[in-house]
Amino acid sequence: MDVIEVSGLRKTYRGHDAVRGIDLNVPRGEVFALLGPNGAGKTTTVEILEGHRRRSGGEARVLGEDPGTAGRVWRARIGVVLQDADDAADLTVTEMVRHVAGFYPDPRPVAEVIDLVGLTEKSKARIRTLSGGQRRRVDVALGIVGRPELLFLDEPTTGFDPAARRQFWDLIRALAAEGTTILLTTHYLEEAEALADRLAVLSGGLIVAEGTPATLGGRGAAGARVSWRHGGVQHTEQVTDPTELIRKLVAEDADLTTLTVTRPTLEDTYLTLIGDHR
Amino acid sequence: MSSGTFAPAPARAPMRAILRSQIRMELVLTARRGEAVVLAMGVPLLVLLGAGLTDVTTVPGDDRLAYVVPGVLALTVMSTAFTGQAITTGYERSYGVLKRLGASPLTRPGLLISKTAAVLSLIVVQLLVLAAVGIAVGWRPEAGQLLPAIGVTVLATAAYSGLALLLASVLKPETTTGAATLIYVLMLAAGGIMFTAPDVAVVLPLAAHAEALRATLSHGAAVPVNDWLSLAAWAVVCVTAAVKKMRWE
Ligand SMILES: Nc1ncnc2c1ncn2[C@@H]1O[C@H](COP(=O)(O)OP(=O)(O)OP(=O)(O)O)[C@@H](O)[C@H]1O
Ligand SMILES: [Mg+2]
Repeated sequence: MDVIEVSGLRKTYRGHDAVRGIDLNVPRGEVFALLGPNGAGKTTTVEILEGHRRRSGGEARVLGEDPGTAGRVWRARIGVVLQDADDAADLTVTEMVRHVAGFYPDPRPVAEVIDLVGLTEKSKARIRTLSGGQRRRVDVALGIVGRPELLFLDEPTTGFDPAARRQFWDLIRALAAEGTTILLTTHYLEEAEALADRLAVLSGGLIVAEGTPATLGGRGAAGARVSWRHGGVQHTEQVTDPTELIRKLVAEDADLTTLTVTRPTLEDTYLTLIGDHR
Repeated sequence: MSSGTFAPAPARAPMRAILRSQIRMELVLTARRGEAVVLAMGVPLLVLLGAGLTDVTTVPGDDRLAYVVPGVLALTVMSTAFTGQAITTGYERSYGVLKRLGASPLTRPGLLISKTAAVLSLIVVQLLVLAAVGIAVGWRPEAGQLLPAIGVTVLATAAYSGLALLLASVLKPETTTGAATLIYVLMLAAGGIMFTAPDVAVVLPLAAHAEALRATLSHGAAVPVNDWLSLAAWAVVCVTAAVKKMRWE
């Protein structure tokens, strides 16, 4: 049994079809990223799986239960970082994390969680006084403090500076190594590439591509572009496998100091996919 | 849990401990908001001492404190259960706090229970302090009708809480703050707290509650039927509407 099992999931908001029948399976321990343009239906999908919103149709099982009716014990097994939470409480970081930790049967130590999200220096500051990115890190802390088996992260790194984002990636990798299943949405393709075992691209409420970061949308088979200069002339060739060409160039004694081999980035692939489905 | 799940079911964190912790947190948050404390204690104290001890306003009868103190108690219930709660809930909704806590093992009913319990305990403390101040400056309450006085206070609290959640669910937070403050001021003006209210004012929960508290606490008489009816109607309507319209995000 997979941790997340979704088939034919649909959601209609007053006549507007936000999610139009998606199938999704996430096995235990996997990091799964959901990509897609604004309004694609990512948050809608994730929040249905978190039990926040009712689905209009289809089947959904999360940790073996229907998220629409699952109870308190189930809630203690999942962790949630909402896209739009922006708590400006008059509580300190430590107070808030300790408070929420108390909701769970076996929470992580409070100081450890605060350290994991890089807020140790701010642990005595009131959340209201934190910067946007720091508040976002509090959200992440609250999402992981209960040692969830399954963690939902809806655009968790919005507002993070580059160093904080790297630190967050390390955190996610550590959680994944502990066996946590993670469903993540993001607009940062390098983030999806760095973290996800598999990913799906959602567009207009439908999954338009699904795969690993290396193979998504035929990226693996897309081949490579090889460029080099020779005799003052720029050469470029598009090949499926550059090995043969490079061997030939070496044999020809070509000047390889300027050699580059580029493959389509995940972003290239993504933009093509989205463009096709606009 | 269905078979095939190999993760052991975690032990529950006991719900009572969770609720107690959330209630404490609600109270800490209130205590840390300056304007909430002023609203909770400052304004009622000012009205009690100002209208109770000086002749700045005209009140019926010659015992000013017998008129003013119960009114102040009623005002305090409104400011905490309605104004304070509406403002807080409005912001918590827009900041995603309600949504997040409602989705945690605290659960939505747990969150509502905690908020209600926190408001009730705050009200009990406020009423005890204000009554003590009243007695200290010369108010002589009757204890004989204490139970009906508590009864109307519970009804009023329910009505105000329902109205607060309703307002916070249908309006934006800034609008909620404005509307809640405006209603507070209007009720204070029309509600028969500092000076005589028109007879029709008993349709307002504040006027009805104040009148009921005056009858019971100051005069040891029964709660007038109209006040029971008014408060019961407000409670039923507001709580039903809040349950129907409650929005968590
Ligand atoms: N509560 C709601 N009521 C009505 N329509 C909604 C609601 N929430 C979302 N929608 C609509 O459903 C569609 C999908 O929204 P959703 O929030 O799931 O997108 P998203 O993929 O998360 O976008 P973003 O990347 O901007 O977060 C959008 O067209 C949006 O306008
Ligand atoms: Mg979204």
